[in-house]
Amino acid sequence: MLDHPDLTKLIFGRLTWDAIPFHEPILLFTFIGVAIGGIAILGLMTWYRLWGPFWRDWVTSIDHKKIGIMYIVLGLVMLLRGFSDAIMMRAQQAIAFNGSEGFLPPHHYDQIFTAHGVIMIFFVAMPLVTGLMNFVVPLQIGARDVSFPFLNNFSFWMTTFGAMLTMTSLFVGEFARTGWLAYPPLSGILSSPDVGVDYYIWSLQIAGVGTLLSGVNLIATIVKMRAPGMTLMKMPVFTWTALCTNILIVAAFPVLTAVLALLSLDRYVGTNFFTNDLGGNAMMYVNLIWIWGHPEVYILVLPAFGIFSEVVSTFCGKRLFGYASMVYATLVITILSYLVWLHHFFTMGSGASVNSFFGITTMIISIPTGAKIFNWLFTMYRGRIRFELPMMWTIGFMITFVIGGMTGVLLAVPPADFVLHNSLFLIAHFHNVIIGGVLFGLLAGITYWFPKAFGFRLDPFWGKCSFWFWITGFYFAFMPLYVLGLMGVTRRLNHFEDPSLQIWFQIAAFGAALIALGILSFIIQLAVSIVRRDSLRDTTGDPWDGRTLEWSTSSPPPAYNFAFTPIVRDNDAWYDMKANQYARPQSGFIPIHMPKNTGAGFIIAALSAVCGFALIWHMWPLAGAGFAAMLIAIIVHTFNYKRDYHVPAEEVIRVESARTRLMAGHV
Amino acid sequence: MSEITASSSAGAISADPNQRFYLATEHHPENGTLLGFWLYLMSDCLVFACLFAAYGVLGRSYAGGPTGAELFELPLVAFNTSMLLLSSITYGFAMLEMQRRRVGATLAWLAITGLFGAAFLSVELYEFAHLIHEGAGPQRSAFLSSFFTLVATHGLHVTFGIVWLITLMVQLGKHGLIPENRRRLLCLSMFWHFLDVVWIGVFTFVYLMGVLP
Repeated sequence: MLDHPDLTKLIFGRLTWDAIPFHEPILLFTFIGVAIGGIAILGLMTWYRLWGPFWRDWVTSIDHKKIGIMYIVLGLVMLLRGFSDAIMMRAQQAIAFNGSEGFLPPHHYDQIFTAHGVIMIFFVAMPLVTGLMNFVVPLQIGARDVSFPFLNNFSFWMTTFGAMLTMTSLFVGEFARTGWLAYPPLSGILSSPDVGVDYYIWSLQIAGVGTLLSGVNLIATIVKMRAPGMTLMKMPVFTWTALCTNILIVAAFPVLTAVLALLSLDRYVGTNFFTNDLGGNAMMYVNLIWIWGHPEVYILVLPAFGIFSEVVSTFCGKRLFGYASMVYATLVITILSYLVWLHHFFTMGSGASVNSFFGITTMIISIPTGAKIFNWLFTMYRGRIRFELPMMWTIGFMITFVIGGMTGVLLAVPPADFVLHNSLFLIAHFHNVIIGGVLFGLLAGITYWFPKAFGFRLDPFWGKCSFWFWITGFYFAFMPLYVLGLMGVTRRLNHFEDPSLQIWFQIAAFGAALIALGILSFIIQLAVSIVRRDSLRDTTGDPWDGRTLEWSTSSPPPAYNFAFTPIVRDNDAWYDMKANQYARPQSGFIPIHMPKNTGAGFIIAALSAVCGFALIWHMWPLAGAGFAAMLIAIIVHTFNYKRDYHVPAEEVIRVESARTRLMAGHV
Repeated sequence: MSEITASSSAGAISADPNQRFYLATEHHPENGTLLGFWLYLMSDCLVFACLFAAYGVLGRSYAGGPTGAELFELPLVAFNTSMLLLSSITYGFAMLEMQRRRVGATLAWLAITGLFGAAFLSVELYEFAHLIHEGAGPQRSAFLSSFFTLVATHGLHVTFGIVWLITLMVQLGKHGLIPENRRRLLCLSMFWHFLDVVWIGVFTFVYLMGVLP
């Protein structure tokens, strides 16, 4: 690029034109597609002069509702990427038989299975979970925002820039070829000298900061900002599960940060934490990363349990059965999730006693989880069940998740695990619980709270199409993997020798195609709902006859959420208010204290991504400059003392009387 | 306003039974900063816990290289420890002056705290330079990797603490002891004492136990 090779190396580090994958047709066409789509979006935004509103109303917004929506948009966009990886893997494994090598060479295939895992966990499930918690929790507890609104914005942008860094690896350089947890010594500098593992490390470090801070934020919000009268045992179950999830985040993510930092030291400085020689211990990495990794799966599934609890009690028109046992079950799961990490590597050879301990604790987790299932069933028992879409997802979940849970108990038996570990049985098991548990829960939650966020419901027909494609697709895609796993087929294989296995992979690929139709139906559902929004309009703010406080305000809620802070007297606060002839206050409005928007979060997060990119490519001066700029931006932000303002009473009156007219016009 | 009054009189239910459902006055939720900062500190404590655990696993993996007993100079580390402990005491004095609302004295004690912190860092850097010079750098063995990482992570925290301290001193000079600044001083105070506690752990588990035969 420049004449002087040393200077080029100093500025660009390892980055050369070779890093751009011109010779990979799949990537090249993807890039052309992304570029055309991106330019089209940017052009349209310029044409309609949307940049100003986009910056003012979204990028710099500290409104927890908008941040929640942005998290969910991020999660859904990344779902498309993660699913493209999935369907490529299923296609590859379905055709790579009888001497055919398939269409994905190993070095590309290995990146795809790594990226699929990383993206689905960190940039699909986590943003969707965090997004729903962000949107719903302050509304459910009767608060006007979270405890630290600026941090909330900053957390979102850290997560987003982490995701962008992962996406950059598609077109500049490559991603890790190590599997989603990047075990050393494979991820060490000797076996993976290129940039893939560095992309992995810095994406997760940047996103991890965001996740940790959002965890701190939501705990403080739930502990400190509940409406008067809402004692801990009057909190909605979703808020309870959100509290436990965020406790898990704060208690688990530092371990990920630390272990990835140690791995980067091994790679960048030449230390010997996980190396094969000079005293390093690779199994320490595996232990540490699973001390984060096992709580992580409960971080994902607990909010899903919360969503199902809300959905079941709403659509059965009944108070949730066994509220207290639900809360205690959640807490027990929270604690137990720290005592099971070793079941991910029974084959490490830690001995019979250690393996028995972890096997038994793992099996014990199924007890509180089973209690939850029975609570949902007993809530349905003699309820007036309405088979709306969220309820369908819930029932699909209950059936699917129980199967996944039982195969989990099978794997918890160490001798069985010695046979089944690293096999497709394991893959089938965790997709069974993550799709059947987390993803169905998130889709139920998105359908359930969508009218609250946007003021109109999602079209039920396309939603039901999506549901049936997803659930049948799931069974077609993953039941064959149980069979293959029992036959001894291991995971992450690029091609196969035994032709008798092919039929199972073909069935699985058919399932993946059905899931693709499910995702397509979901996208059509969004589009159709937007087109038909007037007929799907929710004017009441309470489209499902809900029971918790978020349904007491308008859809979408005003920026300040509640004109007056509600007083809570019952677990199902809004149901209690409706039952006791609550009438919406229409006078006496007062100014409302609210936080102000700021661009600092976006700027600091963008600088951290610059710094991360520079570190990946060994561009040391840029990395130093990026870090210094980030530090300066943080310091400058602390000099901003005017962070809030009052919404004048006239504005509150204007918004509330508009709602009064809306409700009167549609009675 | 008239419109609101009109619609409210049209409502079938009088406002009175409603008062039990909402606060007519402004609601002031508790400030979450101190709880949030505690949570952050505990998460940071877990980072240190991992580094201690790594040291616990690798602390005797010398790979034929030097051991702690051969490398550590306890008098130097004891001096260093006293610098950090003194800085915690002087930070405490700064907080006492803050309670008395004396900006000048608060700033003076903060400056002394910062100097003690800088002295601690200088000694630590000298120790690192000395070890690396002797061929006992972090690349030499897993023991030295975990030693350098644990101690340097603590040192990095102290460095950021000093940057924060200087920033806060400027802000104190600019705005005085307004509530925001008092809250920030309290957070930095917790951070500073937290680093002290971590150092006690480092001193005990790394240095004192490291020189045991």
